[in-house]
Amino acid sequence: MKLRRKIYMAAGYNTISLGTGRKEFNPRKERPGLEYYMSEAGKGTLAQIGGAENVDESVIGNFMAARFNKQGHLGSFMPMVDEGLKYKPSSRVEGACASGGLSLLSGIRSVLSETAEVVLSMGVEVQNTQKAIYGADVLAGAGWFQKRKAGQAYFFPGQFSDRAGAYGKKVGEDKARLAFATWFKNAIENARLCETAQEFHNTAPDLMALGMTKPNGKVFTDHLNVFDCSKVSDGASAIAILSEEGLNRCGIDKKDAVEVVGFGHAVADITQDPEDLTRLTTIEQAVKMAFDSAGITKDDLATAEVHDCFSVAGVLITEALGFANEGKGADFVAAGNTARNGIIPMNTTGGLIGWGHPTGATGVHQAVTIWEQLTGKAGDAQITIPANKPYGMTINMGGDDKTVVAIVYKTVE
Amino acid sequence: MNYTEKLQHVSVLGAAGKMGSGILLLTAIEMTDLSLQPENKGKKFVLNAIDLSFEALQGLIEYVKVQALKAAEKKTVQLRKWYADRSDLIENGDIIQAYVEDVIRMIRPVTDMKAAYDSYLVFEAVNENKALKVKLFTDIDAHNPHQPWFLTNTSSVPIHEIDEEAKLNGRIMGVHFYNPPAIQRLVELIAANNTLAEVKEFATQFAKNLRKVIVHSNDYAGFIGNGHFMRDALHGIQQAEELMKTYSFTQAIYMVNKVSQDYLVRPMGIFQLIDYVGIDVVQFIMQVMNPHLPDENLHSELLDKLMASGVKGGQHADGSQKDGFFVYERGRIAKVYDLNSASYHAVDAIAAEADAALGQFPQGGIAWKTILRDPNKDQKLQDWFHSFKLMNDLGAKLALKYGKRSCEIGQKLVDDNVALAVEDVNTVMMTGFFHAYGPINDFFAS
Repeated sequence: MKLRRKIYMAAGYNTISLGTGRKEFNPRKERPGLEYYMSEAGKGTLAQIGGAENVDESVIGNFMAARFNKQGHLGSFMPMVDEGLKYKPSSRVEGACASGGLSLLSGIRSVLSETAEVVLSMGVEVQNTQKAIYGADVLAGAGWFQKRKAGQAYFFPGQFSDRAGAYGKKVGEDKARLAFATWFKNAIENARLCETAQEFHNTAPDLMALGMTKPNGKVFTDHLNVFDCSKVSDGASAIAILSEEGLNRCGIDKKDAVEVVGFGHAVADITQDPEDLTRLTTIEQAVKMAFDSAGITKDDLATAEVHDCFSVAGVLITEALGFANEGKGADFVAAGNTARNGIIPMNTTGGLIGWGHPTGATGVHQAVTIWEQLTGKAGDAQITIPANKPYGMTINMGGDDKTVVAIVYKTVE
Repeated sequence: MNYTEKLQHVSVLGAAGKMGSGILLLTAIEMTDLSLQPENKGKKFVLNAIDLSFEALQGLIEYVKVQALKAAEKKTVQLRKWYADRSDLIENGDIIQAYVEDVIRMIRPVTDMKAAYDSYLVFEAVNENKALKVKLFTDIDAHNPHQPWFLTNTSSVPIHEIDEEAKLNGRIMGVHFYNPPAIQRLVELIAANNTLAEVKEFATQFAKNLRKVIVHSNDYAGFIGNGHFMRDALHGIQQAEELMKTYSFTQAIYMVNKVSQDYLVRPMGIFQLIDYVGIDVVQFIMQVMNPHLPDENLHSELLDKLMASGVKGGQHADGSQKDGFFVYERGRIAKVYDLNSASYHAVDAIAAEADAALGQFPQGGIAWKTILRDPNKDQKLQDWFHSFKLMNDLGAKLALKYGKRSCEIGQKLVDDNVALAVEDVNTVMMTGFFHAYGPINDFFAS
């Protein structure tokens, strides 16, 4: 399905990802709330597109403010961000950790359907309002509640630990662990190049040694250690989604924009267990749809932002994307192919493990990163985009491979 | 009676006190954990929290609530397994709350000692007063049909003396926690010569289950911890008294405190530590220990004088520090007591002159906090203390003398058979007193 209209993204903005690891973070002190993050990210994008008057519609992705912050009805916060958004359409969308991706898709669809020329797409989550052990209850809402009782204290780490265990059985535990550790090391090294990243201040001397830490099921999970996991984060990201007319209206030069050339959106039954713990089949589907609609293959990608909520997810995604054959993702990652100088640089500002994972914001953050890389705005984290590979991709996952949004972006000549 | 059965009916005496509340908390948690095991479902567990004041007991319950919550949040992975059969408890939050309630439900706050007449196990954490301990144990033992076992938290009274005077026939063991018991990892276990093997076994298992660092000490007054601390304190006092011949009272106290903290790389200076423990408590423990030490005089007139002028140190019920040698503001020393004028003087007015008297502070200072985890700790300490030997300044000399004396005290505990091994002395001081290095070392040898 080729897109019936040209769609662009521009004017991305990320707040910092706040949580343990950032020097500013102090669990005992009061911290900025939802309002602060939405305002900073929203204003950050509006300032680059000539103000709120140019916006036709806003969408905000958020997973669980209702529990993390006791706040619903986020769509109605947009006029707080800028008075110019008053009486304009705005809605909040939710698909667990893919809420940000759904925010992007919602904007893309509005522009495609010609009901809007400029959409302000945002994602936000403020999760440090409670200790991680209680936050785990909130995040477990991304799974089926009827499975909660049988699940682990850290529910999602538990789910992906099962995947890591199955993957270890399939490819060998040592090989899997080496791949997970390498994934972690890449994530932190990339995050050190991006000043909004949660791990920007990370100075640990031996990342591989940390990544190789043996998991301990008595205190955490059987097959994942804490370094395999994205952390608890507060943050917001925003980006503008525009038509040609929208670009003109906002006075944005095409070289400062990326084109959205394809996307895939797939869901699987939340009440069903994964068919195969060592495959991310919904991601496979969404990626296929995205490649098909863009008319490209994996070999055309210069970079990808992938949903590494856990290191094992990152490794499995290399297989879902087709960069490695089934069971070979561990070798592919351990060999350095996903590092910033590898065959396919992934998560060039740290991804969920390194940059941070404010759940509802992550999908939008991924788009901002790809926009930065394809337009040469990534600063110290900038990688080379080869002329023959002008494409980037984002893969945003909700729950355990249940809702997936995959988007393909292209530099604009 | 096995381990679990012994723990089905327990009384803690002095449960609302500084040590008692921690011991009560740890016991309540251990009993709750036992009660949640599948093989113990349906069994009844009772923990009497016995203290004189209902008010204090109320505060105790609040304390236990907060601490049990923290404990539950740390072991939720385990708790989910233990509560797996409770279909009403689904989220971590549900389970954590249920656990806290189970811990609280275990505890019966009472002011009547008679509650202990039904217990299999009595844990004592009352004042450091042998006569009181003996009286309580004698009374309970006379009325309790179960031949209960007694665990005492005494830090100084020889266990065999309590055993003999209360006629317990070996149903007693010293289980000496450090303050605060919930956090401090060290437990000194002291068996009297005729302590029953099964009591020893139980106490060891109990301390292990609490995940404590266990050091066995022989049954001599003061054991290892106070055996070192009291003599070390006396050395500090004597060093200060010596300095008072040349310097003012406040200067001398300031100087020795600084030497014993900054020069010796300890978490607190000796006079701050005495304040923390309580001048009254230190005086009292010396009194308990002294009759057992025919070759020494473990007694300080200076402490007697401070007590006489109402300067006692110790802590308020909320854990904040009372005034002692020093007045503290936000945990830092702000004023120093002057015995002569019976008033406090601002530390700033004393420091400059006293520091000048101590002379050059050794180059490349080591901070206690950072050295603890330094992989090259031993080498760095060796170099640091060696540098003192090349100096002629008063501070460096006092520090060397202090370090040597501390080493002698430690070695004496081994020679006198109080400690079973050098390592035990070092473990006690490093774990119980948070020293960065054990007193028995070769850092200070000339």
